Amino acid sequence: MNFKKLALAAVVGIMALAGGQANAGDALRIGVEGAYPPFSWKEADGTLKGFDIDVAYALCEKMNRECTLVEQEWDGMIPALISRKFDAIVASMSITEDRKKRVDFSVKYYNTPSRMVAKDGAGFEVTQAGMAGKKIGVQRGTTHQCFVEKNFPDSEVVLYTSQEDVFADLASGRIDAQSSDALQAEEGFLNTDAGKGFAFIGGDQDDIPCLGEGAGIAVRKGDSIVTEFNNAIQAIRADGTYAKFNDMYFAMDIYGN
Amino acid sequence: MEQERTFLEYLRDVSENSSPLDFYLIYDNIDRFFMGAWITIEITFLSLFLGGLLCIPLAIARAYKTPYLNGPIWCFTYFFRGTPLLVQTYLFYFGLGQFEWVRESFLWGPVLSSAWWCVLIAFTLNTAAYTTEFLRGAIESTPWGEIEASKASGMSPWTRMRRIVLPSSFRRALPAYSNEVIFMVHGSVVASTVTLQDLLGVGRWLNGRYYLAYEGFITAMVFYMCIVFMISKGFKFAENRWLGHLRQRDTSLDEADEPVLIAIR
Repeated sequence: MNFKKLALAAVVGIMALAGGQANAGDALRIGVEGAYPPFSWKEADGTLKGFDIDVAYALCEKMNRECTLVEQEWDGMIPALISRKFDAIVASMSITEDRKKRVDFSVKYYNTPSRMVAKDGAGFEVTQAGMAGKKIGVQRGTTHQCFVEKNFPDSEVVLYTSQEDVFADLASGRIDAQSSDALQAEEGFLNTDAGKGFAFIGGDQDDIPCLGEGAGIAVRKGDSIVTEFNNAIQAIRADGTYAKFNDMYFAMDIYGN
Repeated sequence: MEQERTFLEYLRDVSENSSPLDFYLIYDNIDRFFMGAWITIEITFLSLFLGGLLCIPLAIARAYKTPYLNGPIWCFTYFFRGTPLLVQTYLFYFGLGQFEWVRESFLWGPVLSSAWWCVLIAFTLNTAAYTTEFLRGAIESTPWGEIEASKASGMSPWTRMRRIVLPSSFRRALPAYSNEVIFMVHGSVVASTVTLQDLLGVGRWLNGRYYLAYEGFITAMVFYMCIVFMISKGFKFAENRWLGHLRQRDTSLDEADEPVLIAIR
């Protein structure tokens, strides 16, 4: 008798809790990384900074939504989106066919080339034969992992949790080269003290199936919010907000063509 | 051949249509998981072996409060038992790599530049610290009668240690040690954070490569469970074999009494 009431109360309570979580107002939770300067990084006091962060807030403003940023390590980004830890990813995620099987993307919000970095005068060619036996570092779960595993099957691919770890091991000499976004490598590594004595090797990489067609905002499959994001990207492109952020962080136009 | 193809087709079909998990991808990459399992087992048991060798002199020195050695060894075990294995591994991997003089030392090329060695060193010292402390406890609690008997039969301190104290302590430390072994298997996941492709590393690779949420972790979990199952079976066998004399006698009623009990029930 009482047990039934108790069970009912428990069920109602759980449902209320679950319901409360599903529609916590209209606040949009946005997944960001925070270890990918200058696109996103974390200040010593814990605040998030960077191009992605500024873009995320600007888009929210255009969409008239309240936003909270949720930090997430890169290799758990898509799983976290699917399991509803947040509702969108604004973290320089490239739009690729493989990812489109799991999530939907907005239109691109920037597109920069990918390149390899190695010790200045390392003296090897960026070809399958030239890189044979070399250790190439990439961040796990990125388009660069796909690119390197596919194009350099004779090299040893070393996987890292964050791009900062890749650069740390490149600097200490544990890996011979690394592959990543050229702009990020330049701003986040080559132009810093740690990157002294390192340089790009080879040209811009060309592999659309792996590297994708620019960075977009990922949302859960079928989520209609993607059109809001598309409109908001158009809006910040049109009103100069985008150009302002671009010039804050970069010397060139990163939107691409 | 025919059989195999239909099984694969079935797996692909189930994965694409009805299952929340992509079994086909797991099956397709299962060799990588076996390689990962090998790395996990290799690194765990090698560090347990080396740590085990290291802990014997340390435990003896601690148990007999050897002057000049007892203090430093206490500091060593306190440090390695008082800090997380993850932090210790980072210290060896990322920490040492920061220093110019470490990178230029003769140890960098063959040893410290490799994730495998850094992990092995960290794990070995960690397990040595834990094992030292409970082996010390076992040595200290050696029954006085055993020691008295060995003295009475004229054994030198060294012979006494070798024939009586250590074998007896090892046996009594066995149940605690089985926990340490299982903790080390679980702790070995730390290796995947410093680029080693152990079991969890392969799981994360699969998740990263195909943008999955669970498949890699669940497969790794099943492998870990199998490994731990085999370890606990092994220890059960060892305890029966070497600890039999200390086991509680079976004091329940004889079989002959069973029917009576059933009748009462």
